[in-house]
Parts: sequence; C-alpha cells; structure tokens
Amino acid sequence: MSTNVTATKKVKNPSILFKVLRNPMGAFSIAWVLLLVVLSIFAPIISPFDPNKTDIYNTLVAPNAEHWLGTDSAGRDVLARLIYGSQFSLETASVGIAVALFIGVIAGLIAGYFGGWFDTLSNWTTSLIMALPGLVVILAAATVLGSSMWIAMAIFGVLLSPAYFRLVYVQVRAVKAELFVDAAKVSGLGDFRIISRHVLGAVRAPVIIQTGVIASIAIAIQSGLLFLGLGDAKEPSWGSSLADGFKKMYNMPTLLAFPSLVIAITTLALAIFANTLRDEIESVDKGRKKTKAGAAVSNAPAKVEVIVHADVARDAKPKLLDVKDLAIGYPDGNGGVKQVVHGITLDIRKGEVMGLIGESGSGKTQTAFSVLGLLPKGGRLVSGSIVFDGVQLSGATAKDYDAVRGGRIAYIPQEPMSNLDPSFSIGTQLIEPMVKVLKISKREARARAVELLERVGIPNPALTMKKFPHEISGGQAQRVLIAGAVSCNPDLIIADEPTTALDVTVQAEVLDLLRDLQAERHMALLLVTHNFGVVADLCDYLNVMKDGQIVESGNVLEIFQNAKHPYTQSLLNSILEGGPARGAYVAPKGDN
Amino acid sequence: MSELLRVTDVDVTYKGKGLKKDFKALNGVSLDIRAGECVGLVGESGSGKTTLGRAVLGLAPVTAGSITMEGKEIAHASRSQRRELARDIQVVFQDPYSSLNPSMSIEQILAEPMMVRAWTKNDASIRVRELLDSVGLPSDAADRRPKEFSGGQRQRIAIARALALDPKLIVCDEPVSALDLTTQSRVLDLFLEIQQRTGVAYLFISHDLAVVRHLSHRVAVMYKGEIVEWGDAEQVTSNPQHAYTKRLMMAAPVPNPVEQKVRRDERRRLLDAGLI
Repeated sequence: MSTNVTATKKVKNPSILFKVLRNPMGAFSIAWVLLLVVLSIFAPIISPFDPNKTDIYNTLVAPNAEHWLGTDSAGRDVLARLIYGSQFSLETASVGIAVALFIGVIAGLIAGYFGGWFDTLSNWTTSLIMALPGLVVILAAATVLGSSMWIAMAIFGVLLSPAYFRLVYVQVRAVKAELFVDAAKVSGLGDFRIISRHVLGAVRAPVIIQTGVIASIAIAIQSGLLFLGLGDAKEPSWGSSLADGFKKMYNMPTLLAFPSLVIAITTLALAIFANTLRDEIESVDKGRKKTKAGAAVSNAPAKVEVIVHADVARDAKPKLLDVKDLAIGYPDGNGGVKQVVHGITLDIRKGEVMGLIGESGSGKTQTAFSVLGLLPKGGRLVSGSIVFDGVQLSGATAKDYDAVRGGRIAYIPQEPMSNLDPSFSIGTQLIEPMVKVLKISKREARARAVELLERVGIPNPALTMKKFPHEISGGQAQRVLIAGAVSCNPDLIIADEPTTALDVTVQAEVLDLLRDLQAERHMALLLVTHNFGVVADLCDYLNVMKDGQIVESGNVLEIFQNAKHPYTQSLLNSILEGGPARGAYVAPKGDN
Repeated sequence: MSELLRVTDVDVTYKGKGLKKDFKALNGVSLDIRAGECVGLVGESGSGKTTLGRAVLGLAPVTAGSITMEGKEIAHASRSQRRELARDIQVVFQDPYSSLNPSMSIEQILAEPMMVRAWTKNDASIRVRELLDSVGLPSDAADRRPKEFSGGQRQRIAIARALALDPKLIVCDEPVSALDLTTQSRVLDLFLEIQQRTGVAYLFISHDLAVVRHLSHRVAVMYKGEIVEWGDAEQVTSNPQHAYTKRLMMAAPVPNPVEQKVRRDERRRLLDAGLI
C-alpha cells in the first residue's frame, strides 16, 4: 500500500504575539500599555511629587525643569497626577472589563453549547441590555448608589457584557457544529472537557481582540464620567485632570492638552492593538513580497509527452476553441510565480462534447476558468494563447470579454445554489442577461424564460419564475442555471462539475437534459469532471489532466478501451463499478 | 451467536423549533450487524442514512424502537454509559477537514479517546505510534497538524482515531466521498485490511452503490427515512427488487461509453413504462 506522505519540513509558526510585536503599530500599542502598567504599579517610586500636594504659591506654572508638565490651579504637579491617574484609570477600567468578560463569556459558553431555555433567556436579556441607554443608566445609578467610579464601571461592565456574549455565542455555535466535537462525544469526552479542549481554543483569540476594543471604550467612558464630575475629585485621575484643565482652558491650554493626549493615545493604542492582532491572525501572507508582471516562474516541471490518439474524422471538423501552450500561475509569496497549469494545448471542435478529467489539484478547473477569463484573485495567464472562433482571448480586456461571455460562451457551475443570487427571483435572473445580450424587450425575454424553464423540465414554469432560489431544490436550481446558460444561444458551454453536488438520480436527469440540449442546439460543451461515468455518458472526446499537464487525449471510446498512459490506466483501474461484490460473510474465528 | 448490533423499529424525530413542524427522519428502521461484518447503508441525501448512523452513536434522538449492542439496550444510554460504549462503537466522518480539530496536533487528536480512560502519557504515546503505523502513516506525523495532510491522509488519521480503543463497530459516514478516485480506492483497501486484521464490524454509509458493493457483506437501501430493501450485497446491488433500488442502480452512469448507452436506453425504457 502506498501512502505518499511527503516529508514536509516542520516549520514552527512564529507565535501570534511575536507577529504583533513585529508589526510597528502593534509594537507601539503594546509598549504604550506596558508603560502605563509599569507607571501605575511603581507610581510612588517614579512620581516626582505627591499628586495631592498643593502649593498655592506655584499654581498654573508652565512646564519647566522642576515640574515637567507644569502645575494645575491648586499648584499640584500635573505629571504626578497623570501617573497616579493612570493607576486609577487602569484599575477601574479593568473592573468594567472583568465584569463584562465574566458575565458575557460564561453566559455565551453555556447558551451556545447547551442551548435550551438558558439560550432563550440570555438572548432576551442581551437584547434588553443593548436597548438601554448606557450613559443614562450609569448616571442614574450614580445618583442612587453614590458616585463611586468602581460601581459605575461595574455597571458599565454589565452593560457591555452583550458584546462578549454575542461573540462567544456565535463562535461556540460554529464550533459545536464541527464534526470534531461529535467525534469527541463519541470518544466519551464529557461536556466540560469538550468545552475546555475544543471550544475555548476557538473563542480565545476573538475574545482578546474584543477586550482591546472594550478597554478602549472603557477608558473613554470612564474619563468622560470623571470629567462630568462623577467620582472623587481628590483622587487623581485622567478625567479629573481633564475637567480641571477645561476650566483653565484659556489661561493654560497645556493643562487641557496633556490629559487629553494621554487619554487619546491610550484609547488609540488599545484599538490599534485589537486591530493588529486581528490582522495578524487573519492574514497569513501579509508582508510577503508582491509578484510583479513578468516575474520568474518558480516551478516549471519538465514537459511531458502527451499521448494523442489519432482521430481523423475529428481533425476534419472546424475548431471552435483553440488553446495553445496555456500556462496559469499564482503568486508564490516570494515575488515569483507558482504555476498550476504548465503549458497545455487542447481544442474543442464545433458541436462537440469535450471532457476534461482529472483529480483535485490537476488544474482542470483553472483551465476552464481561464477560458472564461474568470481566474480567481492573483491568477494570471503566464503564457499561451486562447483563441475562440478567431478571437484572441488571452490578454483580452473585460470589454472584449463582454462580447463573448454570456452570449457566445456560457457557464454552468458546480454549486447551483451559490450561483443564484438569493435576493432576486428566478425570473429576474433569467430575463436580465437576455435583455442585455440578445437586445430583446423584457416582455419577449420573459416569454422565452418561461419556454426555457419548460424545456429544462421545471414543473409549472410561470410559478417558478416568481420564486426565489431558496424555495427550489438543488436539482431544480441546476436546471434553472442550465436554462440560463442556453438562453442566449451560446456556441460553447463550459460546465464545471455540473452534477457533482447532485444526488445520483438527479444527476442522471441533468445529464439527459444536457445531452438533449446539446444535440438540439449543436452547441459545443467543455465538461470538467472527475467522474468517468459522467464522461462515458456525455463526452465525445477526452483530455486527461494530471498535475497541471495533459497526459493523454483522444476519442472517448479509444481511451476507455485502449488507455496508454500509466496515469490514465491507474485511474481506470481505480473504478469500482462493474467489480465483484465483497462476497459472503464469514464469522471471525473464535466467535460463533 | 455472532450478532453485535440490532436496530429494531427505530424512529428518530427532530422537534420543530417554534412554529416549525416536527421532522421524522427515521421511520421504523430495523437491521442487524454481526461481529466482523460490513453492512452497507445506501441512499440519497435526505434518505436518513446519516441519521441512522448518528442514532447508533447516540448523536440523534431515538423516539421509538430499540438499539441493542451485544444484547444491551443503548438507544437511550446515559452519558456515563456512552462513555463506556465509546470503547465499542466508534466513528469515521465524511469530511476529513471538519472532523479533525485544526489547532491540535495529530498526537493530541489520537490520544483524546485514551485521555478519557486515564491512560498514562507514555502508554498513549506508544499507542499513537502503533495507530499511525496501522493506517500507513509515518510516526513523525504525530507532531504535525491536520492542515499539513491531504484529504486521504486526514481520513487515515480519522480511521486511526476510531481504532484507538479497539472498537467492535465503526460507523463510517461517507468516509471516501470527499476523496479522489485513486485515493478512494487506497482508503477502501485500508478499511478492508483493518477489518480482516482486527475483526471490527462496519456500518458503512454511502451514496455510492459501487463503493458499498465493493466493501459490504449485506446492504440496506434507504429512501425517505425507511429501509426499502435489505439483503445480501451481491443480490441487492446486481439484482435489486425494489423500484427505488432499481432507479438508483440505473441512474449511476457506467464508466464505459458502450455499456452506458445500453444502461441509459434501458433506464429510459423503464422510466417510460413507469417501472422505476
């Protein structure tokens, strides 16, 4: 038994914290927060003065060598008040965050994992809390419970807990649907173990990011409350310094400027930290070199000799699509190009069904998309030409493509549901392309659409025209897409695994439909597939792809009966259809 | 007597939320599996084949009927009974991407069932190497993460996890449907080889008649929550009696243009005559 395990080098990923530190913005934000933490812990040692020591002979002194940031209206040192203030600000903000975290995360875990009545209850409560005007609640609470910043921030924590709840709830629901959670249950793991092993890991990063944002809001709100006069005016804090400075705004603008600056930088640093962390977690390729046009190809394998089965009758037919030496590449992340299709040559004759078969990663879908001019982001034609009925399509602009796409070349996708827009009715999605391409009236297009739906076997077409994609089955959706593909009388249809997502009985019906339509309308069909049964059912001619190259091509009958390339042979040998059944059951030894 | 699992008249009904109606996914389903046997369960999407597998695993609500494992009733097993059962009944899922936690190493994934049983770290580590070897993966795979492996390799890891506690039955839910043709045939060979070596029984769920025929001793065909045909694999897959099984068989395209034309014409004839 061969296992083809490639000996991949074990590359230790740098930790996320390291990545954030490597980012200049991230490094700045972490450094600033660390600085505040150190200042607040060692305030008595670091601070040059007692923050509450008033000196009525030295009020409103401008920044100088002794008082670096000057003194306030009571002659207290501004720097000392800001340093001690950071202690108070960080501590009270932490209370708010801790309360929000505690309530939000625990409730989110329980509601998301177990569901049931707690789920319903907590979702209602969350909606209720979110409907409350936060600041008003805190101010009202302050008049009842006294103006303690600690209580105010605890209430603030309750008000912000929905932010954590929603986040954790959604994450837990997503993780719970993963099969590995089912596998853990089958292994006999208890709920507590499943949560700690599988669920907590998934919510950790988003919770940390959210904390950055919430901390930033907490600092701002808390300074705002102190500015409004809530809390103890004697206790040094950024908010009270701000309020003090506000009163002397015209005499001593610096008094207002310094606390504002500290608050602004802190909230900014926390928000930047959250953003940087999110960016670093989400983006894998950030910071890699961009690939420029004409960049070198980093992997070009030796060209394989294509085994072509001669087909004289076919050679006499005119070519509709002529692809020569087509190579497709993607950025490799190091400034070069990684090829996925390595210079393939194929053609499609008028009115022919050409199959392109291969396993995942063979480049068959890439080839089909390149003909449509719809390569995914980053993909490009490295070399080669694509000529459709005399028109060169390689290097064509979107405008050039408008003349062929939809009208002369149509497309049938693999996933019917994701290729219909959920917000438009079936009718609209069929009519619009016809109006644009065929330049007919809406009325005429509607009549044609009903006719087409009837033709593709949709029961009650007039009613289906009014339906939305979610109201029809997958098989019906594929019929609708086929109706759309043939609606503008194309010469070539490119079908990418058109029956892979369908049940086998529906697949048989869709294959029948494709065959009949193809014969009626004399269209050519490029059929991308991995299924030899589908090829046998529909195709006239076949190209076998492996690792971005075509290895064998020829008449379908010829390839099935007389495959020459070892790879084609191995594929055909892997087919189970027609093989023997397992045979009768024999009880294991020692058991009767 | 070599009977291992017996499912008798099982119903599974999912309670509708709010105004939605209840949904009956299984309706009076019965089958049995003998020790070391492979029973194939074939059907299309929505036929209830996956639900039956999940009912056996205790992941779907059994609302009527009984499921016995070696004579013991397990349809409504408690959490602690399930923990005991985990030794006997295991699972391999269809999707090799979602069934392995991406943030865990292969060793952590494979050791999970042993952790519940308080194996020592050393014993677990030795067993993990054995398991990797038995599914044809190198032992250095233990330190790597799922994303470093291809679909076929991941499915081997999932099989290794199922084998960890030497179960008597593995529920295989479409384990090769997401794999390429050549990979699929190698993984099926592995299933056969493991069965011959260990005598484990399979409940093998698939939509593909050919795969089920290749691997199963007996086959059950499901349609709309019921078993419509049940019997010897050779019989069910080459000479089906029920109209739906016939329709299923005729719909699968033969990978041979000449034979497929014959089957296609036959299918059309039967459809026109209203026989399937």
